[in-house]
Amino acid sequence: MASTTPTQIDTAPPVAKSGRSTGRAGDKIFAGLSKGSGILLLVIMASIAAFLTYRATIALSKNEGNFLTTFDWNASANPPVFGIAVLLFGTVVSSIIAMAIAVPIAVGIALFISHYAPRKLAAPLAYVVDLLAAVPSIIYGIWGALFLVPQLNGLNLWLDEYLGWTYVFEKTQVGVARSLFTVGILLAIMILPIVTSVSREVFLQVPRMNEEAALALGATRWEVIRMSVLPFGRSGVISASMLGLGRALGETMAVATVLSPSFLISGHILNPGGGTFAQNIAAKFDEANEFGRDALIASGLVLFLLTLLVNGAARLIIARRKDFSGANA
Amino acid sequence: MAKRIDVSGLSAFYGTHKAIDDISMTVEPRSVTAFIGPSGCGKSTFLRTLNRMHEVTPGGRVEGKVLLDDENLYGAGVDPVAVRRTVGMVFQRPNPFPTMSIFDNVAAGLRLNGSFKKSELTDIVEKSLQGANLWNEVKDRLNKPGSGLSGGQQQRLCIARAIAVEPQVLLMDEPCSALDPISTLAIEDLIGELKERFTIVIVTHNMQQAARVSDRTAFFNLSAVGQPGKLIELDDTDRIFSNPSVQATEDYISGRFG
Repeated sequence: MASTTPTQIDTAPPVAKSGRSTGRAGDKIFAGLSKGSGILLLVIMASIAAFLTYRATIALSKNEGNFLTTFDWNASANPPVFGIAVLLFGTVVSSIIAMAIAVPIAVGIALFISHYAPRKLAAPLAYVVDLLAAVPSIIYGIWGALFLVPQLNGLNLWLDEYLGWTYVFEKTQVGVARSLFTVGILLAIMILPIVTSVSREVFLQVPRMNEEAALALGATRWEVIRMSVLPFGRSGVISASMLGLGRALGETMAVATVLSPSFLISGHILNPGGGTFAQNIAAKFDEANEFGRDALIASGLVLFLLTLLVNGAARLIIARRKDFSGANA
Repeated sequence: MAKRIDVSGLSAFYGTHKAIDDISMTVEPRSVTAFIGPSGCGKSTFLRTLNRMHEVTPGGRVEGKVLLDDENLYGAGVDPVAVRRTVGMVFQRPNPFPTMSIFDNVAAGLRLNGSFKKSELTDIVEKSLQGANLWNEVKDRLNKPGSGLSGGQQQRLCIARAIAVEPQVLLMDEPCSALDPISTLAIEDLIGELKERFTIVIVTHNMQQAARVSDRTAFFNLSAVGQPGKLIELDDTDRIFSNPSVQATEDYISGRFG
C-alpha cells in the first residue's frame, strides 16, 4: 500500500477492556467464586502464620536457653529452657536421606511407566504406586518399627563395616536401627508415590514432536529420554520433589513410631536417636502445659518457615532457566 | 553422499488397518521428489517408512523392501536407529529441542554420533547453519534458546540440525505448512540448494510448491475412506502437471476433487 489510508479509524467494537466481566450473572458469580476462593486461601495462610507467631512469641520471650542452639527441650522447667538445634538437624537430615533415595527411584519408575513398560503393564503399575499413597502414615510407622528396623540391622552392619570410614556411616552405638537413617528410608517410601505420579504426568506431557525430533536424528530410546523427555520434565520433577519434601519435612506419626528420640546431634546417622520437629511436637503435645504448648508451637513456626524457604528455593531454580523450559515452544 | 532409494512392494499397517498398499518406486540421488495427494492417502505414512519412523507409532508395521543403494532398510539385523542416522527428517511443525540453545540443537545429532572436539563442532554447526541459510540471522545468539526464533527460522534450524549429520537422504513432511509465504519461499530456495548434496523427498499439500521445487512428482490416492492409499503415478514433475497419464491425477491437480 503506497498511499496510506487516512480514513482508517479505530472501528474496533467496544469490547470489555482487559477481558473483564461483561456483567452477565454467570460471569459475576463465577468471578466472585474464584476471587473468593483465592482470598480465602490467603486469609487461612495469614491466620495460621499469625497464630503461630503470636503463640511462639509468648514462649520465646520466657525462654532461658538459646532457641537456636540449645540441645534440650525442657519447656515445663522453671525457668524454661528449650532449643530447636536437634530438631532442625534431624528434620533436615532425614529429609535429605529420603530425597536422595526416593527421587532417583521415583524418576526411574515414572520413566518406566511412561516410556518403557508395555501399555498392559503400565496402568496397573501406576495404580499400585498410587496405592502406596493411600496407606495411612501410622501403618507405615508400625511397619517401620516392627519390620523395617530389625531388617535394617544387617544393612547397618554392612554400611558400618565398608563405609564406616566416611564418618557418616560409622555406627558407634550398639542398638537397633531406630535411627535417622531408618527414618529417612521410611520417608523415602512414603514420598515415592507423590514424586512418581507427578513426574509420570510430566513425562507423558512431553510433546510427541519433541521425541520424534530426537528419534529422527537416530537417538536410541535412552537418548530420546535424555534429549527431550528429561529436559522437558525437569521443572516438573523439581516440583514433584518439593511436594515430596514437604511431606517428608512434616511427617509425624511414622517418624514418632520409629525413632527413639534423644536430644543429641550426631553425624553418625546410623546411631539411634535424634528428633524432628513434627515428631517432637507429637511426642510432647499431650502432656505439655499451656506454656509447653506455646514452645512446641514456636518449633512448628520454624518448620513452617523451613518449608516456605525450600519452596522458594525450588521456584528460583525453575525460574532461572525459564527460557529453556519448553513452555514457550 | 546422496543415495538412490528403491522401494518395492511396500505396505504399511496401523494394527490391522492397512494404510498403504504395495508401493514400488525409485528415487534418484540428488533429486527432489514430491509426494502429493488428498489427506489420508498415506503419503506421510509412506514417507515415514523410508526412515523407519512408521514403526515408532504403536501398532505400526511394514511389509516390503526399501533399498538404500543396495542395503535393505528392513533387512534382518538392521538397526532402525542406524537407519535414522542415514536418513534425516524434517517435520510438519518446527520442532527444535525447546530446552537447548540454537548451537546445541544443531550439534544434537553430532553428539549422538560420537565425540567431537569443540572446534570441529563449531565448524560443523556454522557450516550447517549456513547450509540452512540461517547463519546470518543467528550467529550472534547461538546460545539463546532455539524456541525463541520465528516459525520459519525454527524450521530452518531443524533443517540445519538434520543436515549437520550429513545424511544420505532428507525427508520433509510438509515442511512449510505451518509457515507464512515468505518463510515458505526461503525454505523452497533452500531445497533447491540442498538437492545438490542430498536426495530429497518432500510431502506437500501445496501443488504449486510441488511444481516449483521438485524434479519428479508422485501422486497418491485412495479409492475410498478406510481403504489403503496407493501410488497412482510417478513421473517428471513437468509431465504430471501438464500431461499426466492417469485421469485421477489430472482431476486432482486441476482441482476437480481432493
